[in-house]
Amino acid sequence: MIAAAIAPGRSLRWPRALLTAVLLALFAFAIFGPLANLLLWAFAEKWYFPSKLPSEFGFAFWQRVFDPRGNALASLGTSVWIAVLTVVVSLAVAIPAGYALARLKLPWRGAILLLFLLPQAVPNLPIYVNIARVFYEVGLNGTVIGVVLVHAAHGLVLAVWIASAAFAAVDASLDEAARNLGASPWTCFRTITLPLAAPGLMASAIFVFLESLDEFTGTYFVGVPDVTTLPLLMFNASMGGNYQIASITALLLLVPSIGFMLVVERFLKADVLAMVGR
Amino acid sequence: MTASAVAATDAATLASAALRRGRLAGLALIAPALAIVVAFFIVPLGISFATAFRAKDGSFTLAHFEKSFELYTTDLVFTLAIVLLSSALIALVAVAIAGYLTLGENPRAVAVLRWLYRWPLFIPFVVAGQVMRTFLAKNGMLNHVLIGAGLLDPLAAQSLLDWRGIVIAFVWKQAPFVTLLVAGAMASLDRQHIEAARNLGAPRWRVLWDIVLPQVRGTLLVGVVLSFVTMLSVLSVPLMINPNSPTMITVDVAYRINTHADYAVANALCLLSLLFAAGGAAFYLRHAVRSAGEAS
Repeated sequence: MIAAAIAPGRSLRWPRALLTAVLLALFAFAIFGPLANLLLWAFAEKWYFPSKLPSEFGFAFWQRVFDPRGNALASLGTSVWIAVLTVVVSLAVAIPAGYALARLKLPWRGAILLLFLLPQAVPNLPIYVNIARVFYEVGLNGTVIGVVLVHAAHGLVLAVWIASAAFAAVDASLDEAARNLGASPWTCFRTITLPLAAPGLMASAIFVFLESLDEFTGTYFVGVPDVTTLPLLMFNASMGGNYQIASITALLLLVPSIGFMLVVERFLKADVLAMVGR
Repeated sequence: MTASAVAATDAATLASAALRRGRLAGLALIAPALAIVVAFFIVPLGISFATAFRAKDGSFTLAHFEKSFELYTTDLVFTLAIVLLSSALIALVAVAIAGYLTLGENPRAVAVLRWLYRWPLFIPFVVAGQVMRTFLAKNGMLNHVLIGAGLLDPLAAQSLLDWRGIVIAFVWKQAPFVTLLVAGAMASLDRQHIEAARNLGAPRWRVLWDIVLPQVRGTLLVGVVLSFVTMLSVLSVPLMINPNSPTMITVDVAYRINTHADYAVANALCLLSLLFAAGGAAFYLRHAVRSAGEAS
């Protein structure tokens, strides 16, 4: 009896495993197909319609991209420089703000938290359009400082939320114990709270760095015509029909993004994630 | 007055002074961050409103909105339709993947899926646009694979670089983000109810629909509404995949500014997309209030 009852289940198992495998393969194609197409274009020397694959592979376009006289390396430099400055500006104001939100008694705390949420919850186009207009009048359009300010205003919001969660996840009684033993508030912060919150702050720094590195719309409006970051270079190459240059630049942008995707959980622990927005 | 009462009043004064100092210190620490958000977010938003409603002579007018509707009604509808359809598909994909991650019984398949789904998580929109521009083209890899598999007649192959391309790019890029949130919420659920229902013979899709989904509805909604708002202000994807009319509002805004320096109509269009976003937020709040009412 029992064997008979189990047998149909057994016979069902193989088709089901096969179905799962087929569905997973389709899903893998949906994720990696587009990326594989990008790789093909990055290494295609010649690819004429309507052949399925490039007729020649090579590195000629890579040489063009990495040519010291070319503008790709300059754009990469600009992008990284802007992203570093954005991280510095964002964290310099987000660490104190996050600490105050997590540890100190603040008047209108809810309203302040809401204000720091708004830039994430509102379409950013009107912001960029009008900042560009104001910057144009004060001469900040097309300058690195102008782009950094736009990126920092956006990145800072993420940084404040993560920093506040990171400080909230640090046990406050450690701080009190040190204070009772006579340590000054600054010593407590420097030697206890800050080191313990460091992984969360590191995560927020990486987030801000990536956001700035990948940012397109703000730079499109504020950076023109003199500041060309990597995303803008990629966009211009793509619109100009130069798919090889566009794909190689896209690959350069993919490296940090995918790298962070693979390690994100090492930095953002569950205890910090649970404190976001508290 | 006894000595102890004096001491108590002194202590109270000291404590309130310390509290006031603490509040001042807190405000001082938070002031620079607030200043940046106000200067580079609130003020530009104010300028946007002022520009959209002001006529040349400075008086109040609705003319810019009339012109926006006259020129761009199709694009407004097109934008809303694309973003709504993408949001619905994102929710569907996220629930399907997160549901399998939670309820799947083949540990190997679950591990593979968990590794697979998050690749597009941090890929920028502008790169997603470029990737789809080649993948979905008439001569792109998708058509070649479909033809090679015998699923598509070579003569029937067509480019998907229109509204479908935008939707595919949006779902490809945003679904992993919502999946991450929803899968996290599902993982922290009490598994007792799930096990009980499974033991009573409920199929997995019933367990997902009737037991798991109602408990993670809030998280799903947050993810979908955030994606909805994000997609409303993406410029690169529609510019790269489908720049010709009908297209998305963001492309029209860039066009009004770059070609006509017409900030009035551009800002009117921006405010209309802000209105769409507010609709999304209201939808979320209504659900949040209702579920809070159910909980109490």
